[in-house]
This record gives sequence, structure tokens and C-alpha cells, in this order.
Amino acid sequence: MAAPRSLQFDTLSLHAGQRPDPVTGARATPIYFTTSFVFRDADHAAALFNMERGGHVYSRISNPTNAVLEERVAALEGGVGAIATASGQAALHLAIATIAAAGSHIVASRALYGGSHNLLSYTLPRFGIETTFVNPRDLAAWKGAIRPNTKLLFGETLGNPGLDVLDISSVAAIAHAAKLPLLVDATFTTPYLLKPFDHGADLVYHSATKFLGGHGVAIGGVLVDGGTFDWEASGKFPELTEPYAGFHGMDFQEESTVAAFLLRARREGLRDFGACMSPATAFQILQGIETLPLRMHKHVENTRKVIAFLGKEAAVESIAYPELPSHPDHALAKRLLPRGCGAVFGFNLKGDRAAGRRFIEALRIFSHLANVGDAKSLVIHPASTTHFRMSDAALAEAGIGPGTIRLSIGLEDPEDLIEDLARALRAAKG
Amino acid sequence: MELRIANDAAYAYTGGKTLDANLPAVVFIHGGEQDHSVWALQSRYLAHHGYAVLAVDLPGHGKSGGAPLASIEDMAGWIVALLDAAKVNAAALIGHSMGSLVALECAARNPQRVSRIALLGTAFPMRVSPDLLQATKTRESDAHGMINAWSHSGYAHYPSNPGPGFWVIGGNLRLMQRQKPGVLHADFAACDGYKTGFERAAQVKCPALFLLGARDAMTPARAGRDLARAVPNSTVVTLGSAGHNLMGEKPDEVLEALVEFLRAS
Repeated sequence: MAAPRSLQFDTLSLHAGQRPDPVTGARATPIYFTTSFVFRDADHAAALFNMERGGHVYSRISNPTNAVLEERVAALEGGVGAIATASGQAALHLAIATIAAAGSHIVASRALYGGSHNLLSYTLPRFGIETTFVNPRDLAAWKGAIRPNTKLLFGETLGNPGLDVLDISSVAAIAHAAKLPLLVDATFTTPYLLKPFDHGADLVYHSATKFLGGHGVAIGGVLVDGGTFDWEASGKFPELTEPYAGFHGMDFQEESTVAAFLLRARREGLRDFGACMSPATAFQILQGIETLPLRMHKHVENTRKVIAFLGKEAAVESIAYPELPSHPDHALAKRLLPRGCGAVFGFNLKGDRAAGRRFIEALRIFSHLANVGDAKSLVIHPASTTHFRMSDAALAEAGIGPGTIRLSIGLEDPEDLIEDLARALRAAKG
Repeated sequence: MELRIANDAAYAYTGGKTLDANLPAVVFIHGGEQDHSVWALQSRYLAHHGYAVLAVDLPGHGKSGGAPLASIEDMAGWIVALLDAAKVNAAALIGHSMGSLVALECAARNPQRVSRIALLGTAFPMRVSPDLLQATKTRESDAHGMINAWSHSGYAHYPSNPGPGFWVIGGNLRLMQRQKPGVLHADFAACDGYKTGFERAAQVKCPALFLLGARDAMTPARAGRDLARAVPNSTVVTLGSAGHNLMGEKPDEVLEALVEFLRAS
């Protein structure tokens, strides 16, 4: 008996969720620029509204172009489905808002993207949702921070800014022992480098703005449900396991054994909060995903060459990249990230904030801006930009030095990037 | 709704409505290593269109207690017990794959309790290759992968199931993984061990719909048509470009075929 083969990652990147348009024959995914969709008759309309049929009603809730993106990312991650959102932040908010409410509590890694940290630290408390931040490497801290009202554990596959590698299987085990799901931000790794569901995560989201889109042209997010978490057995999530008056008394877990979370997120979260993605954005991100395997391979290859160069430079004090033996998560990275640790990393330049500014201003290929994951190489000097109001002591607490430079390595010829960096290092010396 | 059958909990999804046993009843019977949720759209639609719906979790599956039953005959007996427990006199039975054999067996043995049968993704004999049967016993994860790959005809589904944005292939895999260890082998052994399909088919008195996938690699459509020829009052509908997971891949077409079949009574 020949065992059947499922499509592999590179093929899914091109085909999952999409086939030639049956009406026009269009091979590429059409952009369905329409707010709404005509019902075949009154019964069809009622059936769509009552979830007796699948289909599109209104593009805030679903759209055919977005559906291709959602199904493709779900296929690449190994999940049961996904929801495309207006941004990565919208995806995070949707995940939290679907299962948490006033009085809920979250345990999160303290090594988070600044926007996520702000949401959890300052914004959600206004709505009654509190977060305890823990050192992501401290498993006892994760466990110890869980309270009776905790709804979620949350971390990034590669933390910010030090690229702390999340020990997904260990943190997932802690979450599951407490009957809680683990949510992971996988933006820096993409499913090409790491599939969090394979290691026990239950929910994954991306800022699709970054490597999934890959070209710096569109803001978007994707929230993926792994379909693994048993909400009913947990007993902590009546939002998913008891009738919901806001949607025909639906018990989402009864409707779908494996996708109750996504059903509620779409039927409530997208409907009521409305942070949907434009189909034009979905198309642009799909274009990026078609070449995701090729790009991620090249991103990592270039990053390794740049790091090898920087490691030999006297002006460079340290480099934070988990493939380096000096990184505290080196062993874990070797196990979780054999294809590479991504293309975003920080290094410390010898000298003060002024040296950092001179370095940035001497670069010609690297673009000085606040983003990562573009096909083009990017750079930022946190001490003079995103964190300029902070004292050196406060910066140190956040893991940022006056000379810390963050690079996002693009797809250019690596020798050109190295030459650009060499010029900037010379300039930094003053 | 939750019932008790032979001292075990028996779960049946009623389509989001309270069961009204005075309405024409429809029982949905899932395939091996699955549960009621494979019928989510079709069962919910019928429940809101004048039918009393019972989409069951067979013993040992989903939310039902007990151990998986060892034979198709035992499962057919359990369906009758379910009708008794729900106080339903007679019902149309809609079964998929293993569930289709259960519906066939049940209709042949209980003509007074079964008004019609719809068999989806069906075949007789429903043999399981020795390699796959062994894998269901000793390598469940590998077996899940093989079954999932064989069960789907493509990598893009419209309008997907249960709706846009759901990855049908991933959902089917996770649903299998949710069942308890041992259920997969028990189910596939029951299918493999069912020997009386043609005899039972000849005994079926009620109308029968055979809903087949043209690209079904688990239960090829030609094998379904062979079985259909043995049922005196049968109709065959073949869905082009559908694989074994017809409800996931072609939810609207499946629904429309079922609605037309049920309305014909």
C-alpha cells in the first residue's frame, strides 16, 4: 500500500485555499472588492445568517479573497482555520477579546513587541483585564503567575528585543496543566521556520505586515486556531461552551468540536469590533506568501553572513542572535529552529547614543524606519527613536543599550549589505 | 441533547433547536473516528426547516460515553435504542462512510423505524487494507495522515466548512485526533468485518439516496454504485470533484441533495 502524500510546505504556499476561478478562469486570486454578497433567495439569506450554510454575507465578516489567505495560513501553520485582521495588533486583540472579559487575567512573557506590551500593560486594564509579565525563560514564574481567573498564556516565538526563544512545549505543558490555552505571536519566525502548533501552542497569530507579506506594502494580521484545545474539558470558557445570546443562542463548541474559538471570534469579534482586513491587503499578503519559503531561506542566509561579519568587528560589543553560542537560548534554538532564527536581531555598538546616530546616518542601503520583515534591509536605533525618552538605566532594564542597533536583514546581495555596515561602523567611531 | 443508552451517556446534536419528536425525524450518523460535527451545516439547516434532528456521537466518540461498538450490527442496534430514548417512532437515517453501513443495516432490520436512508461516501464491501488496519492499531498518527490525504480531493474548498476561512483538511485531521485512542481501530475493524451488505441492501424497503464523490479514494464511487444497484428503490447522485469528505468539501451540494431527497417523501 503506497501511503498518500499530503502537499508539502512550498506547494501549500502557492495552492492552499485557492483554485482557478470557476467563472472567469483567473489563475491568480481575484480581489473581491465588494462590501456584500447577493443572496440567492430568502431562504439562502436566512440560512447564511443562522450558520446553516457557509458563505459570504458582508466583507467585515468574511470575503473570498481574505478566505484564501486565511485558509492558506491555516494550512501552512497546521491549524483548522484562521481570521485575517486589520493588523497584527487587531489579531492579538481579537484572540484576547474572544475568551477574556472584565475580571480575566493573562500571563505573558515580558519580552514582547512594544505595542503588545502597551495593550496588556495599559489599555486592557481599563477594560478589567490584567496581565502578569514573566521572564519567558523562567518556567516556574509562568506556573506561579497563574490565577483562578487566568484565561491565557501568551508569548512570542522570538522575544523582543533579545530574541528570547520561547520554550513552547514547556510553557504549553504548564498552560494545559492549568486547563488554559497558549497563544503565540509567531511573526518573527513564520511557519517556514517554526510551527508552534507542532510544539503544543493552541493559538497563533502573525503581524502579516512583516515576513508573510514581505514587501512592506500592507498592514495586516492573521489569527490561527490550532484546533487542539478542548474548551469544554477545560471548563473555564463559557463563552465557547454555553449558549451565546448574541448569536442565536449558539453553543460554539457544540457546533464545531475543533473550531469553536474561531467561530466565536468571527461571529462576535469581527462582527462587533470590526477590525477586518481589506481584500486588497489580503491579495498583497497572498502574493508575499507565494514566495515565503524562498524569501525566508534567503533572509536567514543573509542574516548569517551579516552576523559572521559583525562578529569580527572590533566596534561591535555583542550580538543577540540565538544561533550564536553566546545566546542564552542557543540550545533551545537548535532544537526548535533548525532552519534558522529569523532575520531580525540586535547588536550593541561600542560607544554612546551619538555613536549610534552616526552609524545609522552613514548607512546607504539599510532604511532607517520602524518596521521589520521587509524584502529590503531595515535599521533602527532604539535609544534615539522608539525609546528616546528613556534614561540609560531604564534602557538597560529593557535590554537596550545606548548603542543597541536593531537590524532586519533583507534580500539584497549580502556583500552589499556588509559593505554598507562596514562604512557605518567606521563612521560610528567619529 | 444528552440521553442514556445502556447506562452510558449518549449525545446527539439537535441542530441548535430543542428536539420536537412530533416533527419528521432525521438521524445523522458519522463515519469512523469522527463525531456529530461533520454534519454541522446540514443538521443545523434541517433542524431549522421542519425536521427533528439527531446528529449522534456514536458510543465512545465525541461526547458520548462507553466504548466504541465492535460491529456495524451493534451500531445499528444502538441507533434503534437512540430512537427509543428520544421517543422517536421513525426517522430518516443519513450516514457517512461507516455510518452509511449503519444506516443500511438499520433500515434492513427495522423497516418500521426507518423511513428512508441517505448513504454518503459508501461502498460495499468496505474493506480496509491490512496495512492501514494495522496502522489504525499501532500507528494512529500515521493512519490519520493517510486517511486525511485519501479523504480530500483538492486543496481549496468553497464555501469551506463550517464557513469561509476554515481549512477543511486541517479540521478533519484535528477531529480524528480528538477521538479517544482505540476508537479508530475499532471503527475500521467494524467496517472491514461487515459481511452482509448486499443481503441487507436487498432487504431495504424504503427509498435510498446514494451520494457519492467522483474523486473518493476511500470508498470509490463505482463501489458505491455497486451497492446502490442492490437496493430496490435507490437513487445515485455523484458529486464531481468531491472526495470522501463530501460534507466538508461540498457542503452546499450535499445539503441540496439531502433536502430534495427528504422532500420527496
